[in-house]
Amino acid sequence: MDLSIVILVEMLYAVASLVLISAGLAVVFGMMKVINLAHGEFMMMGGYATITAVNLGANVFVAMLVVAPITVGLIGLVVERLVIRHLYGRLVDTMLATWGLSLFFIGVATMIFGNTTTGISTPIPGFSVGDYQINGYNFFIILVAIALVVGMLVILKSTRAGLIARGTMQRSDIAAALGYSPDRIYMATFFCGSALSGLAGAVLAPLVGLVPTSGGAYIAKAFITVIAGGPSLVAGLLSSAGLFGLVNQIFTFAISPVIGDVALLVAAVVLLRLLPQGVTGKFFKGKL
Amino acid sequence: MQDRMGKDVMTTLVVAGGLIWLLPQLVSTYTLTVLIIYGMLGFSLGLIWGFGGILCFGQAAFFGLGAYTYAIAAINIGESTLPMLIAILVPAIAALLLGAMMFYGRLTDVYLGVITLVVTLILFKFINSTAGPQFVIGTARLGGFNGIPGFQTLNVPGDPDAYIWGDAYYYVCAVMMVLVYLLVSALLRSSFGRIAVGIRENETRMSLMGYDVAARKTILFAIGAAIAGLAGALFANWGEIVTPGLFSLGQSAEIIIWCIVGGLGTRFGPILGAAGLAYLKFALGQQSLIDNTLITGLILVLFVLFLPKGLVPAISSLWKVSFARRSPSRVHQARRMRNRGRANG
Repeated sequence: MDLSIVILVEMLYAVASLVLISAGLAVVFGMMKVINLAHGEFMMMGGYATITAVNLGANVFVAMLVVAPITVGLIGLVVERLVIRHLYGRLVDTMLATWGLSLFFIGVATMIFGNTTTGISTPIPGFSVGDYQINGYNFFIILVAIALVVGMLVILKSTRAGLIARGTMQRSDIAAALGYSPDRIYMATFFCGSALSGLAGAVLAPLVGLVPTSGGAYIAKAFITVIAGGPSLVAGLLSSAGLFGLVNQIFTFAISPVIGDVALLVAAVVLLRLLPQGVTGKFFKGKL
Repeated sequence: MQDRMGKDVMTTLVVAGGLIWLLPQLVSTYTLTVLIIYGMLGFSLGLIWGFGGILCFGQAAFFGLGAYTYAIAAINIGESTLPMLIAILVPAIAALLLGAMMFYGRLTDVYLGVITLVVTLILFKFINSTAGPQFVIGTARLGGFNGIPGFQTLNVPGDPDAYIWGDAYYYVCAVMMVLVYLLVSALLRSSFGRIAVGIRENETRMSLMGYDVAARKTILFAIGAAIAGLAGALFANWGEIVTPGLFSLGQSAEIIIWCIVGGLGTRFGPILGAAGLAYLKFALGQQSLIDNTLITGLILVLFVLFLPKGLVPAISSLWKVSFARRSPSRVHQARRMRNRGRANG
């Protein structure tokens, strides 16, 4: 009984962290068809922003939920103006340019923070269920992920800004004819995507020792989740994160964490072979 | 046609011979050897990406597979000729299987990228976790994160005690590179190569003309993997150790950067890009003022923004503009082509 609760929490946590990791990339890729390979580094910078803010005396939740997203969002804004906006519609080129950016940010972080591990302690204490100990912070991550998904749905579906953004992503020329500047909408979308990446990096920062190359651990998972999710933003994100999180945890509990990771990757290959357009290319068509 | 082919081979031999003789005067042969190996690795991706339109994010997988295969085979066999051949075959077969799965499933661009990336990651994670003594192939322990050291390095075929190392090894690698270059040139000149370029340009059209696109892409992919495997085996001999780092994402990224900087769709571009950037990295490693990765990243971004075609095409078009005489007939022909285009358009 106790073990099944632990496993349930761990599974929810695995899915929630995949949702968190992938949300920023999903917004940028799903809406703008830009594959941001610097996504992992945006998360890494979110982590560093949090740690720096905490060391300067800020409350840890303020640092995670406010400082980090805004900092990384602003960095994203600069990146979009300088690099990305010249490359819209050139999928491979944006991939390469953002890969270059990711290396660039790793270099910058190494020069500023040094090639050492930094971290902060988790702000929420653990508690025990029967014989097992559960990390209380896992619940916080699950909560943030739920809030994130609900927030994305509400904004996209029932606000004017969301409507304009969705319209622009479908037909930017019509949006322009109706008087909205696609250029500025893309800019705002990229800001939101970067801010989400920063938020994810910040929330996950207490769980990992942060090094400048931390981003590499996230990018592959995020990339796989988003591509396997397919064209629908929220439905795709939820379905593929749910699937991969489940597979990962089943194999982790059954065999070992390494096999869990490998199983996730194998599941991705099989899934893409069967559904080359992603999960939502076939199911949940037309959903958000 | 025959005449141009002969001329091409002659030019290659003369230029390569000159470079092989000249470069050791400038850079140590130890560094040059690894530059050539990287050149070959860049060349393998340049072939499948530049001429086949297959963007593989996991060329490092085949490189690492070649290196590991060589190390394991060399420990088990105790000499180097057969392991070299196995190290070319194993990546090629792996690529055949992977390619068949991808191309017969009609996966393209991004999805192709994800799958090759994922396969590289799987290999990386797997090899990293093989530290325990139960992971043994024959008498070779896989060694996990520490890699495999202490295997038989390259020897003269038939004589396991006559090691090839130092300057001699440099010449072996250089000759291998020239051989691979000539073979690939011949391949590209054959109908297979021209059809591959056709597939890159327009897949639907080629399949409507009756060519089996999936089979051809799979074979080209396997050839690229074989070259990468050879480069991996040569690298194993050079470094005398193989580690999981060979499979890493960073390695894959670097190969793609080499191709972009050197110039896609050219034969020489990826080699130049690989050797040039690897040397730059080596030179930058000597100073500690600016971080190495930062500059690599900056170069990639600047190239994508300002010179997306790469160095070699840019230089050759500059060369044509400034030096080539424009023969009257060619100008005339160009005008005729233009007029025809206008009439159709």
